[in-house]
Amino acid sequence: MTGEAGFIFNELMPSLLRGLWMSLGLIVPSAVLGFFLGVLAGSCRVYGVRALRWSAHVYVALFRGFPLLVQLYIWYFGLPRLGVYLSPYMASVLGFSLCSGAYHSEYIRGALLSIKKGQVQAAQAIGMTRLQTILHVILPQAVRRALPGCGNEIIYLIKYSSLAYMVTCIELTGEGKIIASATFKYTEVFTVVGIIYLALVSVASWGLGKLEDRLALPGFQYHRA
Amino acid sequence: MAKASPSEPVLTLDGIRKSFGSKEILCGVDLSIHRGQIKVLIGPSGAGKSTLLQCINFLVVPDGGRISLEGQPVDPSDRKALCRYRQQVGMIFQDFNLFDHLTALGNVEIGLVRVKKMKRSMARERALAELERVGLARHAHQYPAELSGGQKQRVSIARALALDPKVMLLDEPTSALDPELIGEVHAVIRELGAAGMTMIMATHQIGFARALAQEIIFMENGVIIEQGPPDQILDDAQCQRTREFCAKITELGGHG
Repeated sequence: MTGEAGFIFNELMPSLLRGLWMSLGLIVPSAVLGFFLGVLAGSCRVYGVRALRWSAHVYVALFRGFPLLVQLYIWYFGLPRLGVYLSPYMASVLGFSLCSGAYHSEYIRGALLSIKKGQVQAAQAIGMTRLQTILHVILPQAVRRALPGCGNEIIYLIKYSSLAYMVTCIELTGEGKIIASATFKYTEVFTVVGIIYLALVSVASWGLGKLEDRLALPGFQYHRA
Repeated sequence: MAKASPSEPVLTLDGIRKSFGSKEILCGVDLSIHRGQIKVLIGPSGAGKSTLLQCINFLVVPDGGRISLEGQPVDPSDRKALCRYRQQVGMIFQDFNLFDHLTALGNVEIGLVRVKKMKRSMARERALAELERVGLARHAHQYPAELSGGQKQRVSIARALALDPKVMLLDEPTSALDPELIGEVHAVIRELGAAGMTMIMATHQIGFARALAQEIIFMENGVIIEQGPPDQILDDAQCQRTREFCAKITELGGHG
């Protein structure tokens, strides 16, 4: 194979595949950690005692307020000043998880607020503690309702994972950037990079849709467009 | 339906008060009930019946007064003791409040597994037995949204019964039901009464109250106006206001 096709298959793809693995290595743990942080922060904001509620408010305000890139710079370039050295990979996962969690918490909070008070009363009436009520009655319902929003955040995360190369964690976009700079084939490189992200997002939306179907409750199904 | 009445009441309320903002909902309510007794609360909307029932298991925390179960005062600030107390006081809500994400079986089972810490297999067995008791064993694997209103209320009764309560509180258990479905819920409550369950029930179903209760309590504006055997309260009340209310509600087809 020669020419454009040769370039794409022989030079570009091996690098991009390596980058893709790194991207997945960033996205999967950040998505999981971010989701759990979001559930925790969202629950604290709705059901926490005053101190917890305020800590969660401050967390969300900060991590939604600072641009993600600035957060990454602080984790990677700023923390060494305080004697904390994070690898590019760790700094990226930390940054993505904390930022993602702040957004997830809003979806979770909305879902928690939509659960009728009667569910809480019924749980208390059978002698459940506050924590049991939240864990076994409220969250299983709220998470289902938050799923479309949380899915949206995960899809967004897939794309903002491309910021990791700014703190020298060379993932999909970073690998693309290196090849493009060396060959000046920006159009080809970034078209392929874009297509790979599109594929990732498509797989993720399909998976999230399947998850929603699996968790759907009789009487609460809805139809996705 | 003769009821044994040992000397000490199961549940005693002393001067229960509750205000929401400046509005006084309960102005010092005293009430006591013996084992196996059934007392029915009647009265106009806003009389405080619902708030009273919710105060009894502290879903609404009273501003003043004392509640004792078998002579033991309940301290709502002791959360563990409160949870133990609530297990012994079953609550049935007007709009059922079944857990929407669980099947009928799951709804009955969850208290046994999470609160009583029973093994899953034993809890399942017990939950099925309770569903059987309310005639819903066949519907064990259906979700609340797949059940009729009457079935939902019967599941919620099974959910409360599974914890072996000493007293059941029923807050207008049939008010949210189609007339056709009221009968099946009444039948279950009647059987409970026959089995000796102690119950305090708020209802507008006067005919049912008359047949079931040993005592009817008429409440208005946060106080108990009058209480006594059904025939006395419903047909021959001392108080003018009680007579008016009973006449009106009986006329509305309460004999059903």
